[in-house]
Formats: sequence, C-alpha cells, structure tokens
Amino acid sequence: MGKMSVNLCGIEIDNPIIPASGTFGFGYEFAQLYDINVLGTFSFKGTTKDARFGNPTPRIAECTAGMINAVGLQNPGVDAVISTELPKLKKCFSKKVMANVSGFAIEDYAYTCEKLDKQDQVGWLEVNVSCPNVHGGGMSFGTDPKAAAEVTKAVKKVTTKPVIVKLSPNVTDIVSIAKACEDAGADGISLINTLLGMRIDLKTRKPVIANKMGGFSGSAIFPVAVRMVYQVANAVKIPVVGMGGVSTAEDVIEMMLAGATAVEVGAANLIDPFACRDIINDLPRVMEKYKINSLSEIIGGAN
Amino acid sequence: MKQTIFEIIENVPLTSSVFKMLLKGDTDDITAPGQFVNIKLDGLFLRRPISVCDCENGILTLVYKVVGKGTEKMCGMKAGEKLDILTGLGNGYDLEKSGDTPLLLGGGVGVPPLYMLAKELIKKGKKVSVILGFNTKEEIFYQEEFKALGAQVDVTTVDGSYGTRGFVTDAMKDKEYSYFYTCGPEPMLKAIYSASRTSGQFSFEERMGCGFGACMGCSCHTVTGYKRICKDGPVLEKEEILWEK
Repeated sequence: MGKMSVNLCGIEIDNPIIPASGTFGFGYEFAQLYDINVLGTFSFKGTTKDARFGNPTPRIAECTAGMINAVGLQNPGVDAVISTELPKLKKCFSKKVMANVSGFAIEDYAYTCEKLDKQDQVGWLEVNVSCPNVHGGGMSFGTDPKAAAEVTKAVKKVTTKPVIVKLSPNVTDIVSIAKACEDAGADGISLINTLLGMRIDLKTRKPVIANKMGGFSGSAIFPVAVRMVYQVANAVKIPVVGMGGVSTAEDVIEMMLAGATAVEVGAANLIDPFACRDIINDLPRVMEKYKINSLSEIIGGAN
Repeated sequence: MKQTIFEIIENVPLTSSVFKMLLKGDTDDITAPGQFVNIKLDGLFLRRPISVCDCENGILTLVYKVVGKGTEKMCGMKAGEKLDILTGLGNGYDLEKSGDTPLLLGGGVGVPPLYMLAKELIKKGKKVSVILGFNTKEEIFYQEEFKALGAQVDVTTVDGSYGTRGFVTDAMKDKEYSYFYTCGPEPMLKAIYSASRTSGQFSFEERMGCGFGACMGCSCHTVTGYKRICKDGPVLEKEEILWEK
C-alpha cells in the first residue's frame, strides 16, 4: 500500500480524495482540465430512477465562506446514466467510480441501486438519504433511523457492492441514524450532506433561491462536519467517509483524525476546478510537516 | 477553459455605476464573442461571471456594472493588482449565421459582449447595425466605441433624454436586417423575441455556481431539452428558447 492509499470498504484507493456528488458531474467536464485518474475515486451526480430537471432557478446563493444550492437532483435518470454517462466516463476514468443514488420511495432506491450495482465501473453505491431539496422526498428517510434502516436493507438485498449511506446533518441525533444504518447492513457511512439554509435578497425582500431554502456547503460548515464525523466514527465499526467544507490538504488530515477513512471534497471544486488535484499534490508536504508516514494510520487518531 | 492570473492594467468608470477594466494575461481560451470569464475575489466564496467585452493581443476588456458585493470589490481595484480568472467559458455567439446585415441589440449592461461581436462581424465584411438601449442619457456608454468600429449605431433611452424614446424594440421596427444578436435584461429579450422578423441569438444571465457546467446551478428548459446557461449557453438560438417566467 502506498503512503496515501486507504482501504474503503474492501477496495483500496490510491488516496482518500473523492470529489463529492453534485460537484463533479459525471467527471468528464473535469477530465478536460486534468487527468482525473489521480483521484481516489469520485462520487457521480446523484442519480434517480427517472430523469429529473430539478428545481426552478435561481438555484444558487452566495454566503459567507460558503454557498447555498437547491439544484434538486437534476439528472438524466438511471437508464441514461448507464447508457450514456458511464460509457463517456470510461474514456477518461479507469478506476472504480462511486455511484450516488437518491430516491423518493424505498422501491426507487432499490431499483436504481440494483441497476448500477451491475455496472463494472461502479465500485461503491453511495445512497443519499439526505438531500434536503426535494419536498417529501429524501429528507424524511435521512431524519428517521427506521426509514434510513429500511432504505439500507432494501438496497443491500438487491446489491453486491459496498453500500455507503450518506447522512443528513439536519437531525438531532446523528449517531442513532448512523447506527441504524450499520445494523441494517450498511458497509459504510458518509457525512455530512449540506445544512439546510436560506438567504433573503434585501432589494426584493424575497428569498434569493426560487425553492426558498437549499443546502448550505463550503468551508463555513467544516467544523460541523468534523464534529459529526467524530461522533459517528466513534459509534460505528464500519468505515466513515467524511465531507463538508473540505478545501485543503490540512482539512483532509483533520477529517481523517476525526475518524474518516476517506474524504469527499464538494463546493471547493466549483470555485477551483483543480481543487482535488491540488489537494492530492499537497498531501505529501502536509504529511511530512505533521510527521505522518501513512494516511491509513491516522484514521480516527483524535479519538 | 483555463485558470489564469491576470494583472489589472486599467480600471476606470464609464458612468456612475459602469466600469471598464483592462487586464493582461493568457486569453488563448477565449475563442468567441459572447463568452464570459469567472473571477475569484478575496473574501467572496463564489466566483463572479462577467461577459467578455473585448479580447485582443492578450488584453482582456471587461465592462461591468456595480450591482453587488463582487462588482463593488472589483470597482475599487487598482492597476497592478492581480485576479484569478477562469477564461473561455460558455459557447459564445455563432457568427456563421449572421447574413450580410446583422442587427445587434444591447440593453444596459448587456451591451459589452456585443462590442467584440460587432468587431468580429465587421472584420468579416458584414454591415453591422447596433441598437443600444439605456434608461437615461447619463447611463449611456460605448456608443463612440461602436461607431469607431464602423457600425451604424442607434441609441434609445426610456426617458427620451437621448436618441429614440423608448426601448430597443422601438428602434428595431424600421430596421432591415438579415439576422440579429442580443444581450440584456430578460424583459428586453422577450420583447425582441416577439418583435423580431428573423432568426437570432440571445445571451442569457443566471445565478451560477461553478460557471463551467459541473453544478447544474443554472439549468433551463429549451425546446431541445435541458441546457446549462454556463456551458451550453449563455447564447441560445431563438428557435430553442422556452420562456419559463
């Protein structure tokens, strides 16, 4: 194993850096800018059973050290992802990709995951039970331990690949939800999704975002993410993928010390399309500075 | 697309709220008029998308209106300061369809991208007419610059303080044109859509996340399916537009 490699649910990845779903499309926009094979892997755009346009615009709002988005899971649907997006991705990415899945009913999750599980390119299924943008949809699954467990069970029943359940931070007790997913057979937990937020335009006196509320991400949420990753990593035995406001190699180390086996980078990709490549290039320097021989040794080091 | 550091050469006001910024840097990826750049500003999270007004010999011209925190920050910057800019974003206008007598219609801060377009069209030997629309005489900018290119220029003001009273569509009525190109506020674009007698191209604005097609923050419906304003646009053809709002 290399000094930066980690084992994520049975699959060794060259480094722990994973662009987060919704900030990296299906990879090929970024493949025009740099060789995306330098990544550990990446989590592709949240995919649902049917095609979705998502929410009306404006979908984006600026915040201090962050942003709000209410895209609403725009995606071409699982069949088009398999027939169009994955073949395109194959041309520029030779590693296993993480398939991010959302749904509005338990059967939707199972249907979409079963199809993606059969794709050779897919290494992991990341099941998003937390997207705050869809009314009466994903939100309810991620805020109730029983519902989160039911989704996990239903997906596990029809898949063979590691299932990582992506949790919402918009809950009172993140640990009980993470444990419920673990008990239901989840192979890993990823967190945090965005925090529910809102901005109001002083000129129009109306919400900036058409959907009124959206998911707050960016460096401002990093401390919340570190705290929740720490809590969950201490409570479960399965690997945890940490994310939320990560934008530097130092943030990656901090997230791993909190208990993350791998680290997703989200909003930073939108501001600086080279963010993940630059973090990977900078990791050896930061490892040396903090006398870290191997990244896998520091996972949960702060516990 | 390229990420490049540009150096500000000049940053001067054209009106009380519109500024012109000249920057020196690698402009190789700017390949068509109507494209935009996305600018990183200290202390602000998202980059700020600004249309390209002109680009020649490694000098990028941006003409921008101060409307919020980002542009407020920009207007206070001095020559010698540096900016981290993503260039070559968006599809830009397609010059091939212009015909011999294209009409360019710009409203307010929608005027700047038409400058490089007019320049390119004139270079190709086209007879270019331009209608520039503003609210009042005080807000007018770039009239002389368009004239210097050799374009035939009409100006409209809503209050009638200069040129034709009314909107660009009022001056459009009597024009003969082979094709049109426009950029401006959405109500103006809609009015042109209805008033125009030929096909044409429209440049749209939307709040963006990334500006290069990754986040789906600026998607819209079109006749041919979903499009991202930042990547598949900002220029859409008349025939593919679906008005939503």
